[in-house]
Amino acid sequence: MVLGNYKTAVSARAADADILKCSQDGGIVTQLFTYALEEGIIDGAIVAAPGDEPWKPEPIVATTKAELLAARGTKYTISPNMMLIKEATRSYGLDKVGIVGTPCQMQALRKAQLYPMAMRKVPDKIALAIGIFCMENFPYMGLETIVEDHCQTKMESAVKMDIGKGKFSVYTERGALSQIPLAATHKYEQPGCHVCLDYVANLADVSTGSVGSPDGWSTVFVRTKKGEDVWSKAIAAGYFETKDIASVKPGLDLVTKLATGKIDKNKKTLEARATLGVNKGLRNPYI
Amino acid sequence: MVNKITVGHVHMSGCTGCLVSLADNYEGLFKILDDYADLVYCLTLADVRHIPEMDVALVEGSVCLQDECSVREIKETREKAKVVVALGGCAAYGNVTRFCRGGQWNQPQHESFVPIGDLIDVDVYLPSCPPGAEAIRNVCVMAYLLLQGTDEQKALAAAYLTPLMNLAKRGTEACGCDLMYDIINQGLCMGCGTCAASCPVRAITMEYGRPNIDREMCIKCGACYAQCPRSEFSFDVINQFEGIMEAIDGAMGKGGE
Ligand SMILES: Cc1cc2nc3c(=O)[nH]c(=O)nc-3n(C[C@H](O)[C@H](O)[C@H](O)COP(=O)(O)OP(=O)(O)OC[C@H]3O[C@@H](n4cnc5c(N)ncnc54)[C@H](O)[C@@H]3O)c2cc1C
Ligand code: SF4
Ligand code: SF4
Ligand code: SF4
Repeated sequence: MVLGNYKTAVSARAADADILKCSQDGGIVTQLFTYALEEGIIDGAIVAAPGDEPWKPEPIVATTKAELLAARGTKYTISPNMMLIKEATRSYGLDKVGIVGTPCQMQALRKAQLYPMAMRKVPDKIALAIGIFCMENFPYMGLETIVEDHCQTKMESAVKMDIGKGKFSVYTERGALSQIPLAATHKYEQPGCHVCLDYVANLADVSTGSVGSPDGWSTVFVRTKKGEDVWSKAIAAGYFETKDIASVKPGLDLVTKLATGKIDKNKKTLEARATLGVNKGLRNPYI
Repeated sequence: MVNKITVGHVHMSGCTGCLVSLADNYEGLFKILDDYADLVYCLTLADVRHIPEMDVALVEGSVCLQDECSVREIKETREKAKVVVALGGCAAYGNVTRFCRGGQWNQPQHESFVPIGDLIDVDVYLPSCPPGAEAIRNVCVMAYLLLQGTDEQKALAAAYLTPLMNLAKRGTEACGCDLMYDIINQGLCMGCGTCAASCPVRAITMEYGRPNIDREMCIKCGACYAQCPRSEFSFDVINQFEGIMEAIDGAMGKGGE
């Protein structure tokens, strides 16, 4: 279960150059939602839009391509996208909801669908759930500390942030790049991430991330019938360029390695929690 | 179907919202009644005066301690039902009835209301105010599979119902504060926002990735805690979400593409 169930895995990127321009990796999320919106597969999607402070995302229900485009790119801090899941079907009246989220948000979504205690009218209205790979996330002040103190960059002048090859990178509007070793960021991670046992959004319809594929491309897992249906139609309609995952470097081996590393490390945290006190431990949400 | 199960809706001090939620399954309710369950007791919907023997009792509302009839009926429900489900926030946690202080027309002496779990053992909790129609449907289908299904279906239904049974074991108090006690204070919150979506009175907002609970507004329905993926998460069940949803759709005569 390290990589979850999936029907296909490919390396891909959006065919639309405008989408690619400001997307984090291969623009998979924005391109697939745009396609689904145009085709009426979704009526709108919950995404992490720019908020009132620089790099602090705010979940919105995007119902236009422009709103989807404005929400491109990774914000390395919490965007509580599930907060709008019921609102999307109520205030916005969507019958077919799209949502993007981290693996934990996909877990929340599927729990909400199977146990819809407080989720009236939600279960059958989820039309497309896109998961993004995730090793860890940061509280906003944590991100600010990393960017401003460690990377010596003002939050408002950053145009892109990225994690890869063992580094945390910040790009500025004037073309400067500031990098610090990823190890320096670990202490700012949100604690809740340390019990997380999913790296590649096992429960999404389609999940994607940069790891495994070359720069500018994304690794994509197509997981469910719904996901396969939308993905195959989008491919047939020419919305993505794809490469055989077996032909790209570093490929699925690296994804497996990172996923295994995360799960093993966090299982250890869960074990340590169980005996933290004297004959007393902390809760394990999975048992 | 030959072996239908018997289900009753037992009405304590509640607002009938939970019953309306059951009815909100629309044609799904007919499907349940046609194929899986006979409604053997239900205020307004079944003309039966005394609590009969039944497989599953869906109990709505809390128990008024000053109302002899309610106290007697909840005990009788426990004796006559194989499975007792606390349907909704009032039955499970007291909900708004926690705030009653009596003195009202036309029973001014009615002042203390307790969740049913304070008087009887409860098997399954289905919190929220009201519980979603689909959640009630799922519990009905799973109860059917548990009592009448194949061995494999019995195992699935048992696994599905386990978290709701664990909620019943956890106690008769829950409110927004439980997110603090059991999730945030325990270092488990990751900021998904599900709790904020769950709250029927919008007492929860998300501030910097954590729930902020307006405690004056919280009615103690327990929805936020139950719905949080970090209060409980079963990989055994939820990882099979696609198959289970298809099975439920199949049971309800939907899907099949
Ligand atoms: C906290 C975090 C950690 C990550 N860690 C990894 C990793 O370890 N390895 C890896 O390969 N990939 C990781 N990713 C995923 C990666 O950064 C990209 O999001 C993913 O590849 C999608 O890129 P894209 O070009 O297809 O999407 P785009 O077209 O750029 O769209 C990205 C979508 O994600 C949404 N989004 C942005 N930030 C958030 C957020 N914080 N929460 C929820 N939704 C958000 C946006 O609104 C947008 O809709 C991480 C993402 C996040 C948010
Ligand atoms: S590491 Fe896990 S808990 Fe943390 S944000 Fe990513 S998916 Fe969520
Ligand atoms: S639902 Fe649970 S994990 Fe999600 S934000 Fe609320 S308390 Fe945190
Ligand atoms: S905060 Fe809202 S959802 Fe949680 S118990 Fe109170 S009323 Fe219910």
